[in-house]
Amino acid sequence: MSIQTPLARVRYLGSAKEGSHHWWWQRLTSLMLVPLTLWFVASVWWLVIGGATYEALQDWLSGPIAAILMLLLIGAMFYHVKLGLQVIVEDYVHHKGAKWTFLVIITLGCLVGAVAAIYATIAVAFGG
Amino acid sequence: MVEFALPKNSRIKKGKHHPAPAGAGKTRKFKIYRYDPDSGDNPRTDTFDVDTEDCGQMVLDALIKIKGETDSSLTFRRSCREGICGSCAMNIDGTNTLACTKPISEVRGEVRIYPLPHMPVVKDLVPDMSNFYAQYTAIEPWLKTDSPPPANTERLQSPEDREKLDGLYECILCACCSTSCPSYWWNGDRYLGPAVLLQAYRWLVDSRDESTGERLDELEDPFRLYRCHTIMNCTRTCPKSLNPAKAIGAIKQMLMARR
Repeated sequence: MSIQTPLARVRYLGSAKEGSHHWWWQRLTSLMLVPLTLWFVASVWWLVIGGATYEALQDWLSGPIAAILMLLLIGAMFYHVKLGLQVIVEDYVHHKGAKWTFLVIITLGCLVGAVAAIYATIAVAFGG
Repeated sequence: MVEFALPKNSRIKKGKHHPAPAGAGKTRKFKIYRYDPDSGDNPRTDTFDVDTEDCGQMVLDALIKIKGETDSSLTFRRSCREGICGSCAMNIDGTNTLACTKPISEVRGEVRIYPLPHMPVVKDLVPDMSNFYAQYTAIEPWLKTDSPPPANTERLQSPEDREKLDGLYECILCACCSTSCPSYWWNGDRYLGPAVLLQAYRWLVDSRDESTGERLDELEDPFRLYRCHTIMNCTRTCPKSLNPAKAIGAIKQMLMARR
């Protein structure tokens, strides 16, 4: 119970003066993901038809175009997932502790996932 | 907070049935949400059979008839009866609208009437609008200028600039749109909601206003503005056929333009 005017409650901590960056990148990454996902699915399909050998995969991924597109896909996808899940948590989770726990797990989970995927891509592209 | 079931003391029980008096003509059933904070009872829905041959054609006419002839304790806000004051906003047949401009004939079957969704109820169909009005106050809905007014004339505005206010100034702040928005239901304490954001945009595009930047500063917030996910419930439900979703989109564009 707290005696506060409705205006004090509405003004609360003031404006965060951010949100546009999040909104813009959510749209930018979704735009990137349309062609990148189509390319990825088509490439995997092509590799599977070709017999799904590791050599074929390595041959494909060691080309500069495939490697660069793959890294872009990884970056755009994990960032998009992070931004999207963050919105869902902010929308629906109001318990302070649960909210921050979820946000930390989402942020770090996506970061770890992206770094692991980038490492795997480079390892396959350059290594044996 | 997301709530999928009503709290125990808000669960709606079956209420009384008030049949039409003998000799009535064609009747329609009105199922109306009732809540009396003084009784301590749960809310209930009462059913009223209304003689439509002896009643005006709008839902508000039926409510006034019920209050006048059947149950004087039925409580609702109303004033202008022509869709300009916004007092009689309520949920009729599952959609937020104004009782005074909603013809009974547009509703099929029984006419179900509830208060605006997800608002604290003061009594029956009267919601507590304190938070909504405080949010309107927070966007400072008045002309803010540093330049002194010109001598002997009003502050001038070109017809083209005046046209930018069309579709905005008509908003009557009935809150139909805000209370139809799930983001406002779950985060109404921090999200300003479509009605207040449309009003905010009305001052952002006013060519005479000199504090557009400060206004945008106050709006740029993950909760105040960016809880809008453009699901368009606001535009669908607006009884004045305005487009709050478009105004919110325009605010987001202004924020991008100044980056």
